[in-house]
Amino acid sequence: MTNSTLVKLPNGLTVHLKEIHTAPIISHWAWYRVGSRDDPPGLTGISHWVEHMQFKGSLNFPSGMLDKSISREGGYWNAYTHLDWTTFFETLPAEKIDLGLRLEADRMSNSLFKEEEVESERTVILSEREGSENEPLFRLGESVQKAAFDLHPYRNEVIGSVEDLRAIQRADLYHHYRAHYHPANALIAVAGDFDTAALLKRLEELYGGIPAGPAVIHPAQAEPPLQAERRVEVKGPGKTTFIQIAYRAPAAASADFFAFTVLDSLLTGPTSLNMFGGGGTSNKTSRLYRALVEKELAIGVGGGAQATIDPFLYEITITVRAGQSMDAILKTVDTEIGQLQQAQVHPDEIARAIKQARAIFAYGSENITNQAFWLGYAEMFSSYQWFTEYMLRLEVVTPADLQRIAAAYLLPERRVVGVYIPTGEETPEG
Amino acid sequence: MRRLPEVSWKTLPGPQDITRSVLPNGIILLTRSNFNSPSVVIHGYLPSGSIFDPREKLGLAYFTSVALMRGTHDHNFQQIYDRLESAGASLGFGASVHNTSFGGRALAEDLPLLLGTLSEALRAPSFPPEQIERLRAQLLTGIALRDQDTADRASLRFDELLFPNHPYGLPEDGFTETVQAIRREDILEHHQRVFGPHNMVLVVVGAISASQVYDFVSQALGDWQNPSQPAMPELPPVTPLGAPVREHMVLPGKSQADLVMGGFGPKRSSPDYLAASLGNNILGQFGMMGRIGDVVREQAGLAYYASTSLNAWINTGSWEVSAGVNPANLQRAIDLILAEIRRFITEPVSLEELQDSQANYIGRLPLSMESNNGVAAALLNIERFQLGLDYYQQFPAMVSAITPEAVLQAAQRYLFPERMLAISAGPELME
Repeated sequence: MTNSTLVKLPNGLTVHLKEIHTAPIISHWAWYRVGSRDDPPGLTGISHWVEHMQFKGSLNFPSGMLDKSISREGGYWNAYTHLDWTTFFETLPAEKIDLGLRLEADRMSNSLFKEEEVESERTVILSEREGSENEPLFRLGESVQKAAFDLHPYRNEVIGSVEDLRAIQRADLYHHYRAHYHPANALIAVAGDFDTAALLKRLEELYGGIPAGPAVIHPAQAEPPLQAERRVEVKGPGKTTFIQIAYRAPAAASADFFAFTVLDSLLTGPTSLNMFGGGGTSNKTSRLYRALVEKELAIGVGGGAQATIDPFLYEITITVRAGQSMDAILKTVDTEIGQLQQAQVHPDEIARAIKQARAIFAYGSENITNQAFWLGYAEMFSSYQWFTEYMLRLEVVTPADLQRIAAAYLLPERRVVGVYIPTGEETPEG
Repeated sequence: MRRLPEVSWKTLPGPQDITRSVLPNGIILLTRSNFNSPSVVIHGYLPSGSIFDPREKLGLAYFTSVALMRGTHDHNFQQIYDRLESAGASLGFGASVHNTSFGGRALAEDLPLLLGTLSEALRAPSFPPEQIERLRAQLLTGIALRDQDTADRASLRFDELLFPNHPYGLPEDGFTETVQAIRREDILEHHQRVFGPHNMVLVVVGAISASQVYDFVSQALGDWQNPSQPAMPELPPVTPLGAPVREHMVLPGKSQADLVMGGFGPKRSSPDYLAASLGNNILGQFGMMGRIGDVVREQAGLAYYASTSLNAWINTGSWEVSAGVNPANLQRAIDLILAEIRRFITEPVSLEELQDSQANYIGRLPLSMESNNGVAAALLNIERFQLGLDYYQQFPAMVSAITPEAVLQAAQRYLFPERMLAISAGPELME
């Protein structure tokens, strides 16, 4: 792994650079420590909406010009809002990267948030949400997430509730933007075909003059685990039943996260944290696939945890085979988890999970965009060291660790069980 | 005049670093090495797609493709996947109208495992009866979910109307009753008769030399023969659309309607393909989804997505607009889209718009080939459509040669707003 350069500018902006000279490409990312975790009550979805508004024009890049400028250079760009963070990136031919740098520096503090753009974006986001509502698994996931936390904003979908999306006003959005889009709350990550000293100088020119701004407050507090199992039901169209079981998972920075990652690999197959080029392997030899799908209780099963600041969820999603009962499925899941709690696994199983992780890392290192992603991503919930030491920390996980983790986290009283019950209505033809 | 971006030629695949060879049994092998990451991908296809499916057993080619890895003469299902998954590797099959396709990836050290598994699956599948029934249940669930998916429903109906009595108008994964009708014997027969090395294409990209790949592939697949392998059936001709069709399919309980509009597009080898493709970029892709995205999403705020796609195949193609909209806004979105299309076939695009899209096409080439998967897709494209090994190096000159008049002519040849299909699926529409 080549070395990276991590510096902090006087205004608090963290800059993380990594030269990679395999292709004439540079990927530039602007990360902000703001996500749905920071959405105030009554304003759910506001962090995501602010991200949308960042595409609607800033002082030097009017609306409609941003996307065209990037596309014209053959670049691609996008933005994502998640639980803990919001990120914007541009990947461009190396000689064109200055456009991305100027654009992100401008919209760090100069976005316009015009009233008419706010209104037009309101319907776009409501439409984005309606598209998701068409999916049974979105509706089930939203209910499970809500039941899994009493107070923590992780209970809300990133996109926000319809009620709040109708209520949010321009002043709310602009205030949220000004409160979170500061150098000290941001990180610039760049990977690719550049000279570190020259690029650092250019970043200082562009970003160095942006005032530090007030300290950002993140009010969310980790919530204690559930004390009793909760169940939710969602009814909707279709003929297929889905079950989602959500356990409270460890925070990414917790030492338990790595053993939990191995546990996930054994139970439901390895989860890739790469944003690009990352999909790893199938999960047909995972314990739950064998117990549920091979035994014809389910059509499919998947699961995974995410790397987050506060403990979030380990979610197991099961597509139920027609005619099979939820009780039989839950009993099987409990039996499989019980085995992990009662007896230690063979070290070979851990070695296997480690090789899977190594392969996923290799796939993720194929492209520069994904390498730039990691420069910033791990800093959002822990530190870059978390990423560079990831494999080492997996390698020290022991069978005893796995047993302890299974016993501590995968308890029935700490979970939410959600079921999507299809109403099975026949669909009339148009 | 705006200068077009210069591309670093050394990074684009071309005759200098693509190795194309044909094995004695007819397998076409394309390789390109990339030692920047210790991984390798394989992609490819065989001419054994749903075009061979009897109508009453539609889904047979697809069913066969997903059953290939459910057990072989030497390994059972769990053994096959245990070897792959223990290595963090993957391999999967699917089917389209023309082809059975496959794709996989592994650490470079595990390429022999990947190719060995590919060979076993293609040549010696055992199709265990209990696995066939388990798969059938999974396929039927997939169809039930598809029937509830607004985008899938609109798209299936669109294809059915555009290509009546034609394999392109039918879903490769079949219908509930046709999947129920498929017997294990049908799968065995389809596999024995249609699967073979002749005209199979295999692309390998990653941290391995071309000569090593050739040796590994020869070892795994070099002695495969199937003398009975049939020629590709002729496709029936397509009939031009006579009148506009507007249909809405009601899926109760949904929030959003998905819309698909359009008609025929050029086939991939058509001389106006590239002009149509650049036109498509201007109409519904460039920046935030081109002119249509600008009008429907950015200005009217009617949709989260509204974009166009040009799908060009061997014999024909389609040119489609798709959008996800609130049912109350559906007609307004359709009207806005039609107005944009009318403008698009009436006036030439501006030189500035065309240059923007040309610059985008040329500039994005190196980015699209950042990963092994991107390069593999490009190599498959070269072989499938016989574009020539130097295609990506000639591409900038071909793109730059397109004029606004050529785009207009292509648009006028394929886009007919007065007899276009407009199919939607979603909640009931209020009058």
